[in-house]
Amino acid sequence: MTNAAISGKGRQAGKSARPGTLSLLLNNTLATAGLIILIAVCLLALAAPVLPLLNPDVTAPANRLLPIFSAGHLLGTDHLGRDLLSRLIWGTRVSLAVGVSATIIAAVFGSVLGLVAGYAGGRTDTVIMRGIDMVMAFPYILLALAIVAVLGPGLLNALYAIALVNIPFFARNIRGITLGLSRREFVDAARLSGKSPAQILFVEILPNVLPVIVITMSTTVGWMILETAGLSFLGLGAQPPQADLGSMLGEGRKILFTAPHVSIVPGVMIFVLVMAINLLGDGVRDILDPRLRAGSLTRPVARTAVLRNPADVPAPSGDENILDVRRLRTEFQIGGTVYHAVGGVDLALRQGECLGIVGESGSGKSVTAMSIMGLVPTPPGRIAGGAAYLEGEDLFAASDRRIRDLRGGSVAYVFQDPLSTLHPLFTVGNQLEEAIRTHQPLSRAQTRQKAIELLSLVRIPNPKERLTAYPHELSGGMRQRICIAMALANDARVLIADEPTTALDVTVQSQILTLMNGLRRERNAAILFITHDFGVVSAICDRIAVMYAGRIVETGKTDDILANPQHPYTAKLIECVPVLGEPERRLDAIEGRPPVVNDLPDGCAFADRCPHAQSLCRTGDIELVAAGANRSVRCLFPVNTDPST
Amino acid sequence: MGAYIAKRLLAAIPVLFGLTIIVFLIMAMIPGDPATAILGSYATPENVAKLNRDLGLDKSLPEQYVIWLGNLFQGDLGRSYSLNRPVLDEVLERFSATLILAGTALVLCSVFGLLAGIVSAVRQYGWADKIITLLVLMGISTPSFFLGLLLILVFAVKLRLFPASGMYAIYGGGDLPDLFHHLTLPALTLSVVATGVVARLTRTAMLEVLRQDYIRTARAKGLPERKVICKHAFKSAFVSVVPVIGIQAGFVIGGAVYIETVFQWPGIGSMLVKAIATRDLLLVQGGVLVVAAAYVLFNLLADVVQTLIDPRLR
Repeated sequence: MTNAAISGKGRQAGKSARPGTLSLLLNNTLATAGLIILIAVCLLALAAPVLPLLNPDVTAPANRLLPIFSAGHLLGTDHLGRDLLSRLIWGTRVSLAVGVSATIIAAVFGSVLGLVAGYAGGRTDTVIMRGIDMVMAFPYILLALAIVAVLGPGLLNALYAIALVNIPFFARNIRGITLGLSRREFVDAARLSGKSPAQILFVEILPNVLPVIVITMSTTVGWMILETAGLSFLGLGAQPPQADLGSMLGEGRKILFTAPHVSIVPGVMIFVLVMAINLLGDGVRDILDPRLRAGSLTRPVARTAVLRNPADVPAPSGDENILDVRRLRTEFQIGGTVYHAVGGVDLALRQGECLGIVGESGSGKSVTAMSIMGLVPTPPGRIAGGAAYLEGEDLFAASDRRIRDLRGGSVAYVFQDPLSTLHPLFTVGNQLEEAIRTHQPLSRAQTRQKAIELLSLVRIPNPKERLTAYPHELSGGMRQRICIAMALANDARVLIADEPTTALDVTVQSQILTLMNGLRRERNAAILFITHDFGVVSAICDRIAVMYAGRIVETGKTDDILANPQHPYTAKLIECVPVLGEPERRLDAIEGRPPVVNDLPDGCAFADRCPHAQSLCRTGDIELVAAGANRSVRCLFPVNTDPST
Repeated sequence: MGAYIAKRLLAAIPVLFGLTIIVFLIMAMIPGDPATAILGSYATPENVAKLNRDLGLDKSLPEQYVIWLGNLFQGDLGRSYSLNRPVLDEVLERFSATLILAGTALVLCSVFGLLAGIVSAVRQYGWADKIITLLVLMGISTPSFFLGLLLILVFAVKLRLFPASGMYAIYGGGDLPDLFHHLTLPALTLSVVATGVVARLTRTAMLEVLRQDYIRTARAKGLPERKVICKHAFKSAFVSVVPVIGIQAGFVIGGAVYIETVFQWPGIGSMLVKAIATRDLLLVQGGVLVVAAAYVLFNLLADVVQTLIDPRLR
């Protein structure tokens, strides 16, 4: 997370080449800095015995409290005249050794506990984890203090205490991973082949858990150095004449006002050391965490970026259209790769009309719908060309303010899964009233009244009581009705429904379709209906546009297309619809997969899966050509061209 | 809702019992003879024997625990040898000072951590994000006891803006402004690490939430971005940050040990350090027990707050 900000560019560049972990790490500027500092400090600490340093413990009362940069004492001297540079390096050596040892002890014991608990499960797991919970119920530092209190002050005891209180972190993390792994096939296979639990744990599971152990170590070693230094600072760790960074700071504190450098020197060293470890740890975690690596934690902005050539904006196709999408191109840039999700789509929608966009997942139908009001997440998405006109107004050129007014006002959306599209923490009443109030200056009471009316409009029983319900308390069908009510709140002229029935079961599906169809007739709203299901299409849509690989391959009146699909893809899609009473019908869809939209083939994108494909299909750009009244098809060799067949 | 809180309260009881067992066992595990450890190596054999009888150390461990627990319920945590007063009195007096310090630090870390995390997420990869990210990293890496010394040097010694130590001025103090004057530096120091942790997790939580479908719904409704962030996104992010703030309570109370020592704040942390140095183990035991119990209650509070916000948890 931390370094993503700085290293975003480096990681993107590295993505396509798939480099090793180390080069990824080196791409990360801050992590590299951390690594270099850490290596330098470690080398200094290791080389302490051979460096030309003064004896750190030799006192020289005549030279006491010399300032920094004194002759012969680069960092000055402390209250006993001991050379601070020498003490610093020797102290760093002790602090590092103690911190690293504590980390290793905690990692070993914690991992073993976690492995055993996660693998054994049942009672063993319960006992171990309850014990861990008990230890974690203590504030961390307090427990370390209590242990030191019992064992007595001393560096070794401080080390034990810090290691002990860190065991739970390892045990918890490792247990979680082990639990998941122990249900996997390769563990079953090892078990069946007669390996002992210990063999399975250490040969099969441990290697898979190792990255987690490494991440946990890299994130805790900084703490442990800090905490041991803290105990020494309090006088509970290193005892004189032995000194670590913490005890140096603790001694310096007594003369803080007269000689602050005696405290500042070891303090800065602790800070630098821990900072370097944390920088490196963050870098390691960024690389090993797949979620961060995929850049999936990028925040989408409020509106899709528009990067079209202003000289090449297509004009609207006609005045009678309420919504007019022209040559829309929407792309996603992920890493160095550009995915052409929508590659030049034309759509037109008249008042009171329902247009269905049909296609497999990944065909670009949802992206087309989201592009219209700028709801495609940026990054990684962007509108690369074309235009969308709402009653003649170019939406891609409109101000943010104007788009906000139109969203939910003139153009309303209904999305696929009503459980994830409603906010789980607000009542449906709150969300519905918010939709009303955003666009209408109504009083609180009027808003409530309107919300109740909307709920009865979408046939929700007891609307008044339902307002106080949370989304999770309602059924799927109810939730989708709420979403539709929200979309209707401001008398939208265009309703964009993105698979509104896909997440619902069949009976609820038909209720919702009937509801939407009725509302369309009552309110004369235009609907853009996205679905992959021809059964749904025939129930509600006047016209259909079939999409494949980001382009429309066939469009026409619903009845015409269902009766004789001309594009081989449409024909195949219709074949996939199950028909009641024909159980033997093939439902195994279309062989092959849709092409990946970052590398579309020349010619027809469907050619590789098409039974009728010829060599001509794989060259040049194939146009969408008229094929009868209100009908066009993007195919050189359309099927069913003779309506009599 | 009420039932849920009652259930959580009941669930905290075994945890509290577990704490008493651990605290009791830690003290029982003192190497060598506890009475000698308490009285020091110059104690006469008669005194050791008497103390063993007084403490019930001649009985079996479970018996000792039951007696100890019985005393605990009657508010008897024993008597401090170094201070010659009941442990409970001393601990409660000290603990109120720690609560003021830790509570202020907790409020500071919540406010600044949440704010920084939100700004950082909303301006992801922008300058504000980079600066906050770097500050957070520095905050997490700074030893709080060192930061405290630095602040004393700058603000107390050089600028003379704040006092370097204590809770009240020795002469003419004692009122609320005086308390705040003394509280500023230690509370700030104590909150730095926790602020960093809260800011980090808020940022991640916000980024995660902003990708959710219901945020798209909020935008599709035509809500202004400010409302999308501050109402819709923040509420969800807050639910996942609340338990973290609960955990930070533990780190803040624990970290108070250093800060109270540096600023000579008369809290339970500085008491513990002195008690460990003087081997006043009953005082250590009482202090640890009270702080640990408070930590359990803090986490319980975080749980309840989380449930109040998230109806799915009820």
